[in-house]
Amino acid sequence: MTNTDLTTVGGLTQALEAGNRRALARVISHIENNTDLALPLLAALYPRSGKAHIIGVTGAPGTGKSTLVNQLAGVYRQRNLTVGVIAIDPTSPFSGGALLGDRVRMRDLAGDPGVFIRSMATRGSLGGLAQATADVIMVLDAAGFDRIIIETVGVGQSEVEIASAAYTTLVVEAPGMGDEVQAIKAGILEIADIFAVNKADREGVDRTVMALKMMLNLGVPEKFQVMHHGRMLPVNLPETENLPQGWTPPVLKTVAISGEGAEELTEAIENHRLYLEQSGGRILRDRLRAATELRMIMRDYLLETLLARTDAAVLEEMVEAVARREIDPYTAVRHLVNEKAV
Amino acid sequence: MDRKVRVLVAKPGLDGHDRGAKIIARALRDSGYEVIYTGIRQTPDMIAEAALQEDVDVVGLSILSGAHMALVPRVIEKLKELGMEDVVVLVGGIIPDEDVQTLLDMGVAGVFGPGTLTSEIVETIENALGRQPA
Ligand code: B12
Ligand SMILES: Nc1nc2c(ncn2[C@@H]2O[C@H](COP(=O)(O)OP(=O)(O)O)[C@@H](O)[C@H]2O)c(=O)[nH]1
Ligand SMILES: [Mg+2]
Repeated sequence: MTNTDLTTVGGLTQALEAGNRRALARVISHIENNTDLALPLLAALYPRSGKAHIIGVTGAPGTGKSTLVNQLAGVYRQRNLTVGVIAIDPTSPFSGGALLGDRVRMRDLAGDPGVFIRSMATRGSLGGLAQATADVIMVLDAAGFDRIIIETVGVGQSEVEIASAAYTTLVVEAPGMGDEVQAIKAGILEIADIFAVNKADREGVDRTVMALKMMLNLGVPEKFQVMHHGRMLPVNLPETENLPQGWTPPVLKTVAISGEGAEELTEAIENHRLYLEQSGGRILRDRLRAATELRMIMRDYLLETLLARTDAAVLEEMVEAVARREIDPYTAVRHLVNEKAV
Repeated sequence: MDRKVRVLVAKPGLDGHDRGAKIIARALRDSGYEVIYTGIRQTPDMIAEAALQEDVDVVGLSILSGAHMALVPRVIEKLKELGMEDVVVLVGGIIPDEDVQTLLDMGVAGVFGPGTLTSEIVETIENALGRQPA
């Protein structure tokens, strides 16, 4: 371990493969900071990934996600499966700093070499976050973890995007978090494969469970149930026809502080994993994800390339012209791109 | 750029006084750092392993129990074992004056008691990391 070189792509990937946790942590930092090593590291590790089952855990702050992740990881460890955890919390828009406190609830996992926990701040742009998260998931996958759990604060579109990196998305609700079930407000109903109503030791659990079940019956059309992550799958894909029975999201009660219901929840996740494998949903999802990912990266790459070729002064002139309404932005872009293509 | 300084704030030992640690964690967040807070009752092993997984630049220990002379060297030792000797170690809490120099001699970059200004902590961190304070 002492003579491993953790400053080069070769040294890092080799050490990571050998199970060196420091190397794994360093690689994640390179990805997060988008250093010069990030791309070559991603390229080297990508072929090794694709084996892990990826689980997204989302829900409003305080519903008990971190505490539940602690329990889920515990159950997986009893089953001799290794677990990587990514816990995401928001970056403060004022200072650019972040307070990442999820580890406090994951104390039981400390000291277990079969578990690796990484806290991540949302940092910059939303789309960028989804990509950075997907890349860090890929690194943990390549490092050989059997299950990867991502905790995100379920409050909006960015979380929905992050969830699209998961095979199984768990939405956590808790009683007494307001009158309405949070999922309705946040619009994350479509992405939920499993609902956990946590804090089942509290008053009002059954009401929350009822509300969810009613919503699932009323609000989910047949074809949404056939599709994994409903919105993601085009209806006319041939594979859809071959899907067996649809997946109806189960609603399970848990008490994360005691571990009650964690076994059953893990079982539901594993059932969903099997369902995806047998129905071809996993392959479909991988293909869709690859399509989205390629388009996103292409867009970024093109933008970067074009900006690099564009004279800053010319661009500035064009911005001024558009602002003065002398030229419309579409014509301006075509002008900029064509001029440089010569 | 994207590069963010990451700080682990931990409370080693059985000491339950967590008000100061939480205040410092928030103050450092407000100074632009990514702060990972581990909570109370952390063993030196747990702290060093968390520092490794989170790949932090700084480890801040908050100790009000009086056990600092036993705990701090063990955390530093564990960090070294894991190849994290470059990490900046800070200590805060109730630390008698006569212990401060000994802690600094062990490699601690700064010791901070009640009433510490956030700016002093930031300055110590930036200096230790060889950066210009923001
Ligand atoms: C409030 C308090 C409590 C509360 C704690 C509530 C909580 N959740 O935090 C309660 C009532 C629970 C409590 C209990 C006890 N307490 Co008490 N407590 C205090 C008291 C009065 C104030 C501590 C405080 O919160 N200060 C406010 C915060 C903001 O200040 P701070 O923690 O010092 O943090 C500042 C700096 O130190 C620094 N800092 C702190 N951490 C870090 C970390 C980093 C990285 C950095 C850069 C800076 C930094 O920055 C902070 C902001 O300026 C102190 C006396 C005192 N004046 O300090 C005794 C004191 C700490 N307690 C003491 C004792 C003995 C106890 C008990 C053992 C009493 C008993 N026999 O039951 C128990 C132990 C509880 C336990 N499980 O550990 C003693 C410790 C003696 C010692 N060190 O030798 C003290 C010093 C009182 C005394 N003079 O005897 N206590
Ligand atoms: N009563 C009760 N409290 C819980 C339960 N699960 C978590 N909590 C508490 O709820 C608070 C928030 O938990 P946390 O896991 O941090 O929630 P998160 O913000 O969703 O990650 C903590 O104080 C937990 O101890 C539970 O099942 N029952
Ligand atoms: Mg949490």
